Amino acid sequence: MATAKLTFSDVALTVNVPSGTRIIEISEKVGAGITYGCREGECGTCLTRIESGAENLTEPSVLEQRVLKENMAARDERLACQCQVLGGEIKVRPA
Amino acid sequence: MPSAITLARPGPGSPVELAPGVHWTGALDPGLRVFDVILRTANGTTYNAYTVRGSAGVAVIDTVKAEFAGAFFERLEQVARYEEITALVLNHLEPDHTGAVAELLRRAPQARIHVAPRGLDMLRALLKDEFADYEVVRVRTGDTVSLGDRSLRFLTTPYVHWPETQCTYLEEEGLLFTCDLMGCHFCDERLFNDAVGDFRFSFEYYFDHIMRPFRRHVSDALDLIEPLEIAMIAPAHGPVLRSHPREYITHYRRLVTKRLASEVAQKTLLIFYVSAYGATSQMAAAVAEGAAENADVRVSLFDLAVGEVAPFVDLVEEADGIVLGTPTINGDAVKTVWDLLASFVDIETKGKLGGAFGSYGWTGEAVAMVESRLQGLKMRVPVKGLRIKLHPTEPELEDCRGFGRQLSAHLTGTAEPREIDFASL
Ligand code: FES
Ligand SMILES: [Fe+2]
Ligand SMILES: [Fe+2]
Repeated sequence: MATAKLTFSDVALTVNVPSGTRIIEISEKVGAGITYGCREGECGTCLTRIESGAENLTEPSVLEQRVLKENMAARDERLACQCQVLGGEIKVRPA
Repeated sequence: MPSAITLARPGPGSPVELAPGVHWTGALDPGLRVFDVILRTANGTTYNAYTVRGSAGVAVIDTVKAEFAGAFFERLEQVARYEEITALVLNHLEPDHTGAVAELLRRAPQARIHVAPRGLDMLRALLKDEFADYEVVRVRTGDTVSLGDRSLRFLTTPYVHWPETQCTYLEEEGLLFTCDLMGCHFCDERLFNDAVGDFRFSFEYYFDHIMRPFRRHVSDALDLIEPLEIAMIAPAHGPVLRSHPREYITHYRRLVTKRLASEVAQKTLLIFYVSAYGATSQMAAAVAEGAAENADVRVSLFDLAVGEVAPFVDLVEEADGIVLGTPTINGDAVKTVWDLLASFVDIETKGKLGGAFGSYGWTGEAVAMVESRLQGLKMRVPVKGLRIKLHPTEPELEDCRGFGRQLSAHLTGTAEPREIDFASL
């Protein structure tokens, strides 16, 4: 099974995860400061800065694109409840 | 006092003139005692809506809570006809200001709605199927809407106290419409700050409970407001600030500035604990000892047995890390700990470091409960909570010191990076 290295820099921890994993499935378990509201890609609470490896995440859906825009998200920000890791290395922290 | 200031009360149902062609068309709610479940008011509140008339149109700025729509329309109709309304400005979409929006739009469907970028979604939810019938403009700082000889300029001021809050500035009059910002729950029909009763307490109270958790954002809003020429501040609750308006801005600036200036450059770590038989207290001392080995961290230890948590809030607001020690009693953390955590609702805790530990007899679930609350408060909890059954042994006290050392390492950004497998979570 393909895996990815997902690093949460605010807690200095890297987790080896199967590809297809969403950030939301891991971040709370490791105590990272990324927080969630609706958990469904609507509220924008889970805005997360992708420090590196943005290309190793799924493309944002139409819904995610809209919410990112409405939240005036920066180019390196994604919704942690939406995006999935594909492989390689990805480094994230709360926006 | 300048002679232009009148102390006359508005007749019931009358609009009040703020400046030529600018009127208060809001509503008084003297009977209100509890606002939004959490906020008390000893003498009600007002929902302030305003109209601004220019040579080429009329703007309505905010409305009122739904049950007061009648009073709002009654006042509005005395200063404008519905077909004259060209602009509806919504500085905030909370229901206490949008209760008459849908009906106003039915009566004045030509009005273009002006909201901050984040307001669109909320407006859609407010208007439901009717949303598509109207023209909506998303405005940002610097955008203006012309009323002919006058114009309104927008200031995007998010999170004071909702994502879509904004302020609107009537340039020609130096009049700033701030919605909840610089407002308060105080009902006095004399309306102006130099005419109403003593509302200072209400003003502070409102800031402490509505604005304080967002003080970073209030500070950003003040950055935009301070350079403006201000003749009057017209908030959406309580008195209109026409006498010495600048003082309220200065006062807000003071309120958002650190309450406790720190004389040290170190990171600050606060350890709070409650102990039933002295075990959690022993743990707390060891955690503090370990944490304090790091010279870049200033560690303070507090016993919550004193019972009163309110005095700690200022301290927590300025701290970099907060660790809570609690025993598990009847399957729960103790009440004082929950009281302390509940008091954090008035401050910003996002991004602070959090941690929990405690001694237990049988189950020990309090530690995990506190940790998840800390995460709910948007804190990072990088070091897994430490639980010890009954009194700690010497090796267990060494674990406590190690826990403290790890917390300090995370506070100072010197923690060893770790790597784990998904399966071990
Ligand atoms: S939690 Fe609401 S968008 Fe992700
Ligand atoms: Fe509000
Ligand atoms: Fe309000």
